[in-house]
Amino acid sequence: MRKISLQKIDLMFAEIANNMSLYLPVDQNDGKAAYTKWEEGKKWSNALNTVKSPKDFFFPQTEDMMEFKVEGKNVEVIDTRKVSEDFVVFGVRACDVKAFDILDRVFLVDPRDSYYATKREHGIIVSVACTRPSETCFCSAFGIDPAEPKADVSVWKTEDELFMQSNTEKGEKLLKMIEGLTEEANDEKVKEQKEQISKIMKKLPLADLDTSKFGGGKTDDFFKAPEWDELSETCLGCGTCTFVCPTCQCYDIKDFNTGKGIIRYRCWDSCMYSEFTRMAHGNNRNSQKERFRQRFMHKLVYYPENNDGIFGCVGCGRCVSRCPISMNIVKVMKKLGGKENE
Amino acid sequence: MQKITSEMLIEKATELLTNGTVSTVLGWKKGECDYDVSPAEFKSVEEVKNEFIYNDFSAANLSKYLIKRTEKVHGQALVFLNPEKKILVFLKPCDTYSFNQLLTEHRLDRESVYAVGVQCDGMIDIEKVKKIAGDGILSVDCSGEDIIVKTLYNDDMTIAKADVLAERCVNCKSKKHVAYDELLGETGEVIDSNRFDEVEKLEKMTADERFAFWQNELSKCIRCNACRDACPACTCEKCVFDNPKSGVENKSPANSFEEKLFHIIRAYHVAGRCTDCGECSRVCPQNIPLHLLNRKFIKDMNEFYGDYQAGAEVGSRAPLVNYTTSDIEPGEVFDRGDEDA
Repeated sequence: MRKISLQKIDLMFAEIANNMSLYLPVDQNDGKAAYTKWEEGKKWSNALNTVKSPKDFFFPQTEDMMEFKVEGKNVEVIDTRKVSEDFVVFGVRACDVKAFDILDRVFLVDPRDSYYATKREHGIIVSVACTRPSETCFCSAFGIDPAEPKADVSVWKTEDELFMQSNTEKGEKLLKMIEGLTEEANDEKVKEQKEQISKIMKKLPLADLDTSKFGGGKTDDFFKAPEWDELSETCLGCGTCTFVCPTCQCYDIKDFNTGKGIIRYRCWDSCMYSEFTRMAHGNNRNSQKERFRQRFMHKLVYYPENNDGIFGCVGCGRCVSRCPISMNIVKVMKKLGGKENE
Repeated sequence: MQKITSEMLIEKATELLTNGTVSTVLGWKKGECDYDVSPAEFKSVEEVKNEFIYNDFSAANLSKYLIKRTEKVHGQALVFLNPEKKILVFLKPCDTYSFNQLLTEHRLDRESVYAVGVQCDGMIDIEKVKKIAGDGILSVDCSGEDIIVKTLYNDDMTIAKADVLAERCVNCKSKKHVAYDELLGETGEVIDSNRFDEVEKLEKMTADERFAFWQNELSKCIRCNACRDACPACTCEKCVFDNPKSGVENKSPANSFEEKLFHIIRAYHVAGRCTDCGECSRVCPQNIPLHLLNRKFIKDMNEFYGDYQAGAEVGSRAPLVNYTTSDIEPGEVFDRGDEDA
């Protein structure tokens, strides 16, 4: 384990940024944190988390896929993929790290998504333990321990120091890069922090959220549940929950006519939208109730069914704090999970 | 002025459900903690008694929910299945302006609605509470004059409500209910608010500064459409941005210029119809001050055509769809735009 004084942290960021692009949460003018490219003067935010998740780095909201140039009867297809260079995403919370695994299971299985894969290969993730989880946090329900964040490098921030532990070859390389600024450390203070975190986790209001009712093979248990009517009755059908979600992975592919050719791009899509997965015959989910149900069934039943029981939610709480009508997966789970869950 | 409590609304809803005036209640429902109140529909006295809440977080404007619930096709109700009974809706003063505007636009059936105006002392912005009290909110007690906040990490804190009011409530334009069948608590007056101060600041900027301001704000947009979906003035059956045949349908911005177009087109579309209820800014997950776009239009219209408040009365003609001989000459408006640039 290595450590560095927090006073020297900007030197460390500068050293990393000398070698590759470095992104980290920085407070914006509205007081909210957002992942920002580090440059001299940018300060690492103290905020628990960013409003938008870091999935953007690997699965951007909008991404050009290819270009077509049309001349007479000739159509030229141009590969617009750029060669990725190594980059570091620093300060990722344990929930968001786990979310990358969930995305990997979608994009890195056959057929492998080369757009996602290249970025994933070049991205180095540095996670940080959560000392002050929020009342909206429920990562522990999905087996995530915010005191033990995974990723290439795990980091623990104390009052005046930053402790670092590499977990992968990529992480080892990164720590090597800043070796001159860091020193060898024992894990005493880290252990202390882990204990504190685990005490706090037990006090969180959503600590007892129970997932045992959900999982693969439960479609019939929930699909026709009468509770969906009530849960979805005031849903606006906006895309906030899906777009702030670190695990929502649905996208649409569209052609943009530039006048001289076509740019084919993909962009995030939301199952909450009326045009989502519209097909030639029309739409297969015509009511907001069906669209709403799809989102939660996907996270709690369909995804685990196809992915060894792993849920499609990491309990980051973004939907809990951002939904315009304060409806969210916690309320859905409590309502559908029955009295034991309350 | 007496404090309006949940119990008073619950009592009223119970009475109207029991005596058969209404079959459904549109109100607010308790959440997991004190601040995550959801707009909700209640069908029985039992539901109302167990789950109804009216507190300083009952912020959602319920008027738009009446559209689908009172919609009729060929005289036939679509959702509202009990034509002898009405739907009860609780409206705060600012919500009543939206309600009237929807009536003006023939978007809801007044006969199907029983509107109860509720006195409002302003709604709290939980983000402001968190800025003062810190994260890890365990409870927010807003039953008294001040609010008492308990958190995981700090001592209990007493905060003056005025310090944590939502922006739209700090700059409240009216405590007057402009539509109701019955009132709970008191109705107030139209307020000479400072709501145009921020707009004036923007007007004083140079064109480049103003461009930079909006560039920064609008580039945060994630195109979730929450502003549009919550907006009581956005009631098109099919939004042009959701229609693949429109040619401008877009789920995501191709570039930041498109973001600006979306919000500016929307602001134009609701100009003269926007009551300044502030739902757009309340729901924006990225904290974009969208209300400033709308207020700029309102301020301009007030200056060009005389004071006009959308929704103040049913059936009024908005300046942009009306003609009087005293209307400003388009040339003057054009010139002023020139000076600003």
